[in-house]
Amino acid sequence: MDHKIAVNIANVSKSFGSFQAVRDVNLQLRQGEFFSLLGPSGCGKSTLLRMIAGFEDPSEGAIAIDGLPMEGTDANHRPTNMVFQSYAIFPHLNVEENIIFGLARSGLSRAEKREKASDMLSKVGLEGLGRRGAHELSGGQRQRVALARALVLEPKVLLLDEPMSALDKKLREQMQMELRALQRSVGITFLMVTHDQHEAMTISDRCGVMFEGRLAQVATPHELYQKPNTKQVADFIGGMNFFDGSIKANGGEKLDVELPWFGQVSVDAHGVSDGVGLPVTIGLRPERVHVGSRRPDGADVAVPARVIDRAFYGETIHYYLELEGRADPLIASVTNFERADHFEVGDPVWSGFRGGAAVALPRK
Amino acid sequence: MNRVAAVLSRVGRLLPAYAVLYIGFLYLPILLLPLFSFNDSKVLGFPLTGFTTKWYAGLAEQTALFSALKNSLFVAVVSAVVATSLGTLISRAISKHRYPLRRTSQTIVMAPLVMPEIIIAISLLIVFLGIGLGTTLFTVILAHSLLTIPFCVSIMTSAFGQFDDALEEAAVDLGETSWGALRRVTLPVVAPGIISCLLISFTVSFDEFILAFFLSGNSPTLPVYIWSQVRFPAKLPNVIALGSLLILVSILFLLAAERFRRRSERFTTQAE
Repeated sequence: MDHKIAVNIANVSKSFGSFQAVRDVNLQLRQGEFFSLLGPSGCGKSTLLRMIAGFEDPSEGAIAIDGLPMEGTDANHRPTNMVFQSYAIFPHLNVEENIIFGLARSGLSRAEKREKASDMLSKVGLEGLGRRGAHELSGGQRQRVALARALVLEPKVLLLDEPMSALDKKLREQMQMELRALQRSVGITFLMVTHDQHEAMTISDRCGVMFEGRLAQVATPHELYQKPNTKQVADFIGGMNFFDGSIKANGGEKLDVELPWFGQVSVDAHGVSDGVGLPVTIGLRPERVHVGSRRPDGADVAVPARVIDRAFYGETIHYYLELEGRADPLIASVTNFERADHFEVGDPVWSGFRGGAAVALPRK
Repeated sequence: MNRVAAVLSRVGRLLPAYAVLYIGFLYLPILLLPLFSFNDSKVLGFPLTGFTTKWYAGLAEQTALFSALKNSLFVAVVSAVVATSLGTLISRAISKHRYPLRRTSQTIVMAPLVMPEIIIAISLLIVFLGIGLGTTLFTVILAHSLLTIPFCVSIMTSAFGQFDDALEEAAVDLGETSWGALRRVTLPVVAPGIISCLLISFTVSFDEFILAFFLSGNSPTLPVYIWSQVRFPAKLPNVIALGSLLILVSILFLLAAERFRRRSERFTTQAE
C-alpha cells in the first residue's frame, strides 16, 4: 500500500546530560492515521512527542512534517498542535477565548473567529458553552476544550500527551470512542502518547511500543497482540505465558518445538529462522489456553494441571494453573459463558492449547 | 482516656471566650484612636467630654502634614512598583529555573524580613552617606524596596509555584512567541498576585518608620512627621484624626490585597 507520510522521524536520538531518553528511533506516521506511542513511564515516548512539537531538539537525527524538515523551526511555527496532559486550559479566559487563542495571528475578523469556535464546539460536543469560565468545566469538558483549541488551527498532526490520564475509568472509555470518531471526522493525523496498552489498542490504527528509548515494534493493535516481536512487548501488551523450548524442525512458516510438559508442538514461526536444536521462547496468550475437566478436544497438546488460584473479572475468569515442576503458574483466561465449567482452587483439571495459537518470539 | 477527653471538651468550650479576649486585646487599643479623634478634648483619655469633628476639619490647615503625606504616597507608590517588578522577576527565576545556589539566593532575598530594621537603617545610612547619595526620598525608596521585596517574592513564588508550565507551552504551541506567551498568558494568570504585591508593599512602605526616620533627611514621610508632632500636645488630636484615617485606608488596602490573593489561588489551582 502506498501511504503519504505525515511525519518522518529519521535516526532520532535525544540525550539529557548522560541520560539517553530516545535512542535512534525511525518512524513514519501516515497521513490521516491514529498512531499511539505506547510504553512504560520513562521510556522516552513523551520526549519523542515533545521533539515533534518543537519543545525539545533532537540530539541526533531529523524530523520532517509533511515533507518539510523541522530543524530550526520553533514550536510556534510548526504545523502541529498539542493536547497537554493537564489540558493547560487558560484559566483567565472562557471557553471561546481559549479556542480562538491560536487564531490571534490568522487575520480573521472577530466574527469569523467566533464562527470557527462555535463550529469547533459543536464538533467536540460542547455547543453553547462558549461563555463558560475555564474553572467551571469538568474533566471531560476540559479535554474537549483542549481538543477544540488545537484542532481549530487545522494542524497537520495533532499530538496528544496522555490525554486520558486525568479522567476516571468510565469517562475515559467514553472519551476513547469519541476521540476515535473525532479523528475520523476531521481526518487529521493523531499521534497519542500513552502508557495504557488497552487505550492504545482500542483507538489506534497503529501503535509503536517503546522501551528504554528504543522503538521495539510498530504494528497494528491486532498484530501487536497476536505477534509481538519480543518477550518484552509480549509481556507489556496483555498477559502472556512463556515457555522455553528447543527447535525440532524449522519449516519457515511453522516451527516444530519440543516444549517441557507439553511435548512436541507446531507453532507460528513468526520470522524465527534459527536452526534445529537451538533454544526458542514460545508465547501463549491466557485466553488461548483451554481448561477442562476432561482432556480438551480442540487442543493439539494437553497435560493435567491443578488450579492454585482464580480471579473473577466478570466477563472472564482467570485460572492460575500449576504444572508439575514449573515455577510460574500457567495463566488461563476463560470466558464466563452461561454453561462454562467452573473450577475451584485445588481442583485437578486438564490444560492444553492449539499449536497455531502459540507464537515463537524472536530473540533480541 | 475518657477523662482526658472530658477535660479536653471542657477546655474546648472555653476556646470561643479565649478567642474573643485575644481579638479584643489585639484590636481594642486601635479602636481607641478613632474614638478619641471624635472627642472634644485635647487630653487623650476618659471620660469623653463631647463629640466633635474639628480635629478632622483642622487637618486641612496643616500644610507640613500634607507635604509629608505627599512624600509618603510618592515613596510608597514608587517603591511598591520597584519591589513588585523585582520580586516578580526573582520569583519567576526561583520557581522556573534550576541554577547553582538557588536556595542560598532565595534566603538572601528573604533576609530583610528577619533582620532588625534598625540595623538595616544604620548600615544603609552609613553606605548612602559614604557614597555621597545623602538622605533624600530617593534613599527612602531604595530602603523600602529592599524591605518590601521579600513580601513580593513570597507572594509571587506561591503564585508561580501553582502555575502550570504547560500553559506557557500551550501558548507557544498555539503560535505565540515566548514574549506573547508571557503577555497573553503568564502575566494575566498571575496578575492577581502582582496586584496583591503592589498593595502589600504600598502599605508596608506607607507605614514604615525606622528606615524613613534615618534616611528621609529634610523631607519627612508621614510616620516620621507624626512622630515629630507627638511631642506637641496641642497637635496630638490632629495626629490622632489623621491616624484614624490611615487605619481605615490600610484596612481597605489589606482587604483588597487578600481578595486578589484568593482570586489568584482560584485561578491557578483549578487544574485538577
